[in-house]
Amino acid sequence: MRTTETNEAGLIARILAGEKELFHELIRPYERMVYLTLFSIVKNETEAEDGAQETVISAYRHLASFRGDAKFSTWLVTIAINEGRKRLRKAKTAAEESIEEKVGEHEGGYSPAPLTDWREIPLEALERKELREALRAAVAELPDIYRQVFALRDLEELNVEETAQALGINTGAVKVRLHRARMMLQKRLVPYLKTTAPARKLFFGRAL
Amino acid sequence: MKLDCKHVWEHISEYIDNTVDAKLREDIERHLEHCEICSAILDSTRNILILTADDRTFELPVGYSKRLHERLKEEIEN
Ligand SMILES: [Zn+2]
Repeated sequence: MRTTETNEAGLIARILAGEKELFHELIRPYERMVYLTLFSIVKNETEAEDGAQETVISAYRHLASFRGDAKFSTWLVTIAINEGRKRLRKAKTAAEESIEEKVGEHEGGYSPAPLTDWREIPLEALERKELREALRAAVAELPDIYRQVFALRDLEELNVEETAQALGINTGAVKVRLHRARMMLQKRLVPYLKTTAPARKLFFGRAL
Repeated sequence: MKLDCKHVWEHISEYIDNTVDAKLREDIERHLEHCEICSAILDSTRNILILTADDRTFELPVGYSKRLHERLKEEIEN
């Protein structure tokens, strides 16, 4: 970790001093993160790729304004989020926005799927591939505020503080939204996981 | 303290992230030992997170990296 940051600081200094082509190396470890951040916001492959390119170009142009007090990855993901939101604002109608606000952040709990639900699902032998598709679909269907936190934390593996900083929310909100996102996904995916999960606990190996 | 299932669910996320304090962790683990419902929920949630972090689940468009660096190259050279 420390080495990465030192190397990065060195790279950044060299780029700013004129070795511009080194920006390719600086950005390479974060290409995936940038794309996934955009995708989690715009939910469209073409838009996400265009936005990812804009993000990287913007980071290149504004590299001199990067301050070493934040991590480069956090700075970059913040640019990606802003780019995604800009694109979303363009694409979205006012009507859609108001529907979304109704989901809100009320303090109602999201409970996971209880065991009884599992028994109502027909037992199909699902391939891993189908499980992946189901997960992608379930993530896409999460309300925006939950999907974005989930993407940064569990997909891109930023920590709670970095996620809070990038989204401009407090760490408490990150934890609450993450918890709800995970519980919503658990609820949606339980029928798929049931037939494909490894038998770590006795439950999974037992015939119902 | 004896936890009920609902209480365990509320802390599943923090439990997975290992951010619950030692006492609560112990209470949750004691509950999990005898509760199949909560154990199954914990396992399924963990499996979702493992699958999420797997690069094959959320794939990048084919040629994404190449196009990105071509665009960047243009920017740097001009
Ligand atoms: Zn329980």
